Amino acid sequence: MTDLTETDPAAGEQVVKRFMYVNRKAPHGTVYALEVLEMVLISAMFEQDVHVAFLDDGVFQLKKNQDPGRLEMKDFSKTYRALEGYGIEKIYVEQESLDDRGLAAADLVIPVEVIGRAAMTELMAEMDVVLSA
Amino acid sequence: MKYAIVVNEGPYNHQAADSAYQFVKHALDKGHQVLRVFFYYDGVFNGSRFVAPQSDDRHIVKRWAGLAEQHPVDLAICVAAGLRRGITEEVIAPGFRITGLGQLIESCIDADRTVVFGD
Repeated sequence: MTDLTETDPAAGEQVVKRFMYVNRKAPHGTVYALEVLEMVLISAMFEQDVHVAFLDDGVFQLKKNQDPGRLEMKDFSKTYRALEGYGIEKIYVEQESLDDRGLAAADLVIPVEVIGRAAMTELMAEMDVVLSA
Repeated sequence: MKYAIVVNEGPYNHQAADSAYQFVKHALDKGHQVLRVFFYYDGVFNGSRFVAPQSDDRHIVKRWAGLAEQHPVDLAICVAAGLRRGITEEVIAPGFRITGLGQLIESCIDADRTVVFGD
C-alpha cells in the first residue's frame, strides 16, 4: 500500500497522445477499412486521445444500408456504432469527400463532425500520431 | 530520435517494404533508435520464411533479419493480420516475432515519431 503514496514520477505519469486513424479507402474491395477498425478498437484500451477521420472513398465506410453479405463479406459498418461505447467519440468526416460522392451526414450510420478539407488539414497537423490506410 | 515504424504492404508487391527498410537502416546508421517495426495488413508477409526471390534480387526478409541482428530493433508481426493470411509462429523467419496490435499503439506512445509506409 505504501507504493501508492510513493509513486515514481516517471512511471506514474501517463502519457496521453493525440492519435488519428485516417480511413481513405472504400469498406470493401480491400481489407484496409476492416483492419483500421480493428486497430481503432484496440487503441481504446490505451486511454489515448483518439480521433478517427474519414476522407476520400473512406467516407463510404460509414454509409447506411450496406449489404456486403452477397459478396461474402461481413457488414462491419455496424461496428462503428460501438465506437462511442469504447469512448471513441471524435469522429470526423471531410465535407468535400462527401460532396464529391453525393453523400450527406444523414446518409451515415453514426453522428459525425463534418469538417472542410482545410480544417481537416489543421486537425491532422495537431496530432502526435497519424496512422493511415 | 526514437521512431516507431509501421509497414502496411507486402514485399515485392509494393515499394513500401523497401522504403521502410531503407528508412530504418539509415535511421539506425545515423544513431537514431527504432523502437519497433510493426508489420500490419499485407505487411505481415515481410516476415515469411518461405520467401524465395531470384538469386539476383534483394532478399527483403533476410534484409530485415540482418538489421535485427546488428541493432536492437523489434520486428513485430501483427497476430490478427498474420492469422488471416497464414503468417503464424511456424512460418516466420528468424529475427521476427508475432505480437498483438497493442504493441503497435504502445510503440507509437513511446516514440517521438511514428512513420507509416504504405499508400
